[in-house]
Parts: sequence; C-alpha cells; structure tokens
Amino acid sequence: MLRINNINTHYGQIQALHDVSVEVKKGEIVTLIGANGAGKTTLMMTICGDPQASSGKIHFDGEDISRLTTAKIMQKGLAIVPEGRRVFSGLTVEENLYMGSYYRSKAEAAETAEHVLELFPRLRERFSQRAGTMSGGEQQMLAIGRAMMSKPRMILLDEPSLGLAPIIIQQIFDIIQKLRDEGVTIFLVEQNANQALRIADRGYVLENGRVVLEDSGDALLTNEAVQQAYLGG
Amino acid sequence: MSNSKFYNAIFAAGITLILACLMIGIKLDNEGAQLAVKGATAEQWGWIGLGIAIVFFSQLFSSQIDAMFGKIPKPNLGAMLPEERKMATLKPWLIAAVVVIMLIWPFMVSRGSVDLATLTLIYIMLGLGLNIVVGLAGLLDLGFVAFYAVGAYTYALLSEYFGLSFWACLPISAGMAALFGFILGFPVLRLRGDYLAIVTLGFGEIIRILLNNWSAVTGGPSGISGIAKPTLFGLEFTRRAKEEGNVPFHEFLGIDYSSSYKVIFLYLIAVLLVLFVIYVINRLMRMPIGRAWEALRDDEIACRSLGLNRTAIKLSAFTLGASTAGFAGSFFAARQGFISPESFIFIESAIILAIVVLGGMGSQVGVILAAIVMTILPELAREFSEYRMLLFGLLMVLMMRWRPEGLVPMKRPHLELKQ
Ligand SMILES: Nc1ncnc2c1ncn2[C@@H]1O[C@H](COP(=O)(O)OP(=O)(O)OP(=O)(O)O)[C@@H](O)[C@H]1O
Ligand SMILES: [Mg+2]
Repeated sequence: MLRINNINTHYGQIQALHDVSVEVKKGEIVTLIGANGAGKTTLMMTICGDPQASSGKIHFDGEDISRLTTAKIMQKGLAIVPEGRRVFSGLTVEENLYMGSYYRSKAEAAETAEHVLELFPRLRERFSQRAGTMSGGEQQMLAIGRAMMSKPRMILLDEPSLGLAPIIIQQIFDIIQKLRDEGVTIFLVEQNANQALRIADRGYVLENGRVVLEDSGDALLTNEAVQQAYLGG
Repeated sequence: MSNSKFYNAIFAAGITLILACLMIGIKLDNEGAQLAVKGATAEQWGWIGLGIAIVFFSQLFSSQIDAMFGKIPKPNLGAMLPEERKMATLKPWLIAAVVVIMLIWPFMVSRGSVDLATLTLIYIMLGLGLNIVVGLAGLLDLGFVAFYAVGAYTYALLSEYFGLSFWACLPISAGMAALFGFILGFPVLRLRGDYLAIVTLGFGEIIRILLNNWSAVTGGPSGISGIAKPTLFGLEFTRRAKEEGNVPFHEFLGIDYSSSYKVIFLYLIAVLLVLFVIYVINRLMRMPIGRAWEALRDDEIACRSLGLNRTAIKLSAFTLGASTAGFAGSFFAARQGFISPESFIFIESAIILAIVVLGGMGSQVGVILAAIVMTILPELAREFSEYRMLLFGLLMVLMMRWRPEGLVPMKRPHLELKQ
C-alpha cells in the first residue's frame, strides 16, 4: 500500500534520512522504532511531502506521491496524527473533528463523527469543550479522531503514547488495533517499543537516519540487539 | 524588593531623563537669521524631574501596582449574560431592540451626534474587517488602511470620471479592494508573521504615496472633492436637485428642507452596511472556511496535515478583510464628499488595529465596543487634542495591564453536555 524506495531527505545541508526503504502492506500494522533524533518524524513528514525527499520514490496505492504538495497528498486517503498531538486549542472538540473532514460532505462527516464518538466516548462527553483545556490523553484521542474524520485508508501515527499514563496508553493501543480490524492500514512510530512491537505485524529499526533492522514484530521483540537498545535489556 | 528591580528602575529613569533632555530640555530656536540652542525653563525642568520620579517609582513598585490593578474588579461580561439556553431565545429580541433603537435614535439627537455615530459605524466596519485578518486568521496586517483607501478612491474616481452612482460603486469598491488584497496576499502570505507585518506596512505606504503622486488621476495631495452623495432611489438630499429633472427628497415628500435629513440618511446607510457586514461575517464564521481561519491561527502544521491549503485559506481571510475595508472606504468617500491621501495615513491602520486588540482579538461584540470607545473618547477629550496620541498610548498601557485579553474576550461555547 505504501512503498518507500531509497529516499534521502535533507534539512538544508544536514542529511536526516539516508537511503531509507520501507514497505507497508494493506491491512498491516507496521511500526518504526528508534532513538531520539533517529529520523522517525522526518520519515513521517517526508511521506507527507514536508520536507520533500531529495531523492527516491514514495508510492501510495501504486501512485507516485513523492513530488506532490502536502495538501494533495493528504487528500489521497492518507492521514497523519502528528507528533505532539497538535489539536486546535481554540476550537471545540466538535470543530476540531470537523476540520478533519474539511473536504467531505456534511452528511458523510456526521456519519464518521458518530463512529469516532463511539470509539472515544470520552470525546462525546467533551464535545463542546475547547480542545486546549483538555487533558493530554483526551487531546491524543481527539488527534486520532480528527485523523479518522477523512476516512483514510491508511493512518500514520507519530508517537501517540508520548507523555501519557499507562492506562491511557493501553487504550490508545487498543484503538489502534480496532482501527486495523476495520481495515485501516497503520504505520506507527513509537518510543514505547515493547508495546508497539507486540501489536505490530512487522517493524523497522531506524538509527541515525538509516534502516538497520527489519523483521516481524515478534522476531524484533526477541532480537538481542533490539532488547539491548530499546527494551531496557 | 530585589536588586534587579532597583537597577531596572534606575535604567528606566535614566532613559526618561535622556529622552526628556533631548525632546524638551534642548530646543533650537530662530533668533533672526540664526539658529540658537535654548535650554528649558526652570518650570519645565521641574516637570521633567517629576516625570522621572514617577517613572522611577512606578518601576520600583511595579509589582505592587500590578497587584492594585488586579484588585480593580473586572466586569465579567460572560457572567452578566443570561444562560446559554435563555440566551438563544433572548438573542433575536435583543438584536431587534438594538436595531430599532439605532433606527429611531438619530431623530432625537443633534446633528453632530449623528455625524459622530456615522463615523463610529465606519470604524466598526473597518474593525470587523481587520478582525477577520488579525483576530481570526492571526495575520498581522499593518497596512489595512491601504484597502480603505482603494475603496474610497475607487468610488471617488468612478463617480468623477464615469458618473457612476454610490450604490453601483459600493460592490465595485469592495471588489477592487479585494482584488488588491488578493494581488498583495498571493506572494506575501508565504511569509511568517513579523515579515508579513513589515510588508503590509510598506504596502500601506506605497498606496498612499502613489495616490499622492499620481496627480493626473487622483488629484495628488489636493485630493478629489465634490464626490456625489448617495441618493435614495434617485432622490437627492440637497436643497435643489443637481441634475436636470430630478426632484430633491424634501420636495418629493412635500416637507420643508432640512440639512439634517442628509446626515440622518447617511447614518442609516451606515447602519445598513454595518448590519450587512456583521451578517456576512457571521455566516462565514459558521462555515468550514471560518473555522479553518481559526484552525490555521492555532496550528499551521496540523492544518497542513489535514490536507488544507494554507495559502488559499490565508488568502481568503486577507481578501475578505480587504473587501470589507473597501466597502467602508467607498462609504467614507461618499460621506465626506472629499478625500485626499491625508485620510489614509499609517495612524489610521494603527487605530483600527488598536480597535481589534482592545476588543479582544476575534470577538465581534468586543470590536464594536472598542470602535465606539476609540472614536467617542477623542471627541469627548477635544480640549486635549494636542495630547491625543499621549492619551491613546496611556489607554493602551492601562488596558494591557488591566485586561490584556481585551474588552470582551472571544467567547466560544464552553459547556458540557448533560447526559
Ligand atoms: N526542521 C528541521 N531542521 C533541521 N534539522 C531538523 C529539523 N527537524 C529535524 N531535524 C534533525 O533531523 C534529525 C532527525 O529528527 P527527527 O525529528 O526526525 O527525529 P525523531 O526520530 O523523530 O526523534 P524523536 O524520537 O525525539 O521525536 C535530528 O538530528 C534533528 O535535529
Ligand atoms: Mg519524532
């Protein structure tokens, strides 16, 4: 579904990604783990076209998207839950959700909104509250809900568990699995390698902008090097 | 009291001393053909000393003063309003009452008051327009007056050269200002906030200088005079009809001529235009595009991640704000009957921006209140007109200390659903 071939990404002179290739097949949960500054967010953003890869190709559903603008890419059935949630703090939960379905008709959007509210009953309770006044966990749910509003075939999640309590993290991971069961393909970036690999079909390990390992989730969980570096021994 | 406070106070007092010495303490004076340097009088030095002392102590005790400001009760307008649900039923009545009062009121007061009210309404329109750009979309525009000028000159020129009527020119002026907004916005809206401010500031000046120097068309510094007044379905508000075969308003109705009819008529047009602007903006704010403006202000990256076209959204806010200014501008030209580049200097942009900031960035009611305050206060303080800018600055400083979020902070629904 998503095929990334040998991309290099630069921030000015600095090269953040070196010859990265990743593939995510339809219906899979694929996770990407790596230390701080490894380039995980950069890879996510490169898929979205901001910054654009300086070389290499990105195909989504067989179509080359590596030269499209961000706005075009994000209207192709791809959605991202950006790092640090980035909800619209001045808007209400309702308005935040409807921003996610900007290009869809009102009726379609209302249907998806109902579905989102079923997945996150918490959001229904807070429907008219300003997003900026909600807790971190609620904001993360809102960010995921907002991404779902465009009814994407694939969702990219950048560290959804960042700064959340274990119970909330568990809820978020449950939701991610539910989404997959509904047929949404998931590409998940996580620091929380243990939990991420448990639900992932396959995983990639990124180090200093390079993919150093790639295997099934279970294999990576038991891989000695991965255990050393990311699972606390 | 910490040491740093003390140094801070000394520093502020020192700056006051230097500024006061340069601006008041030393003067160049003509003595015959010679320039002579003159010192200030003893009395003036006394005042300077007093000023320095005030600055010193207010800095030294700034936290105590802040605490005092904190004690001044802040009227909580939100709490004064009835509950949300009651509000919904009350609102149409409230609006109707305000509109009715606005319509009867001019027949009971003096001409001067009506005239002032008309001016206030113009500023309300300008404030509402800039509110879209700055308050909602978060784009700092320091050259807003340029679009006001474009609107005013569009009407003045079309009326002078082609004899078009006010009503025909109103949409054309708005469209023209929107076009200018679009042309300026297209390259400029890629810039970040502070750069945008500088470019718009420059644009405002360019338009003014252009109007000033393009004498062949715009009349240069002497401006355009004798601009036609609006008519009511072709009826003029003059003592005698200017055009052949036209009947003035008072003859048509068979009443005595009074010059206040014209003033009241202009006022009523302004009310109409303001209501129209409020209506349109309110409709837009409820539409997805209105929410997109606010979303963009809150988080640009998130907006892009949802596939929104950043430039298009900014451009729509910018263009719409500009067209509102053009609207106000053409009415301004019609009301004055005379315009010149003098009316469109930077200070106008600053006043409009102050209205938006004082009003509470984004809140329409706040902008309206602030526009009223900002136009009526200077009139009340006519005797102090020399100190107008000083009072203006003082008002700003006090406001920012007392109520930095503006008169009526933008209110968004904040209630929890009951199960
Ligand atoms: N906008 C930018 N300009 C310049 N360099 C950048 C920019 N964004 C990221 N980088 C650099 O690119 C490298 C990869 O950063 P990236 O944010 O992708 O890491 P990450 O794996 O997401 O880290 P984390 O787990 O902390 O989020 C870092 O060295 C970072 O300093
Ligand atoms: Mg990151």
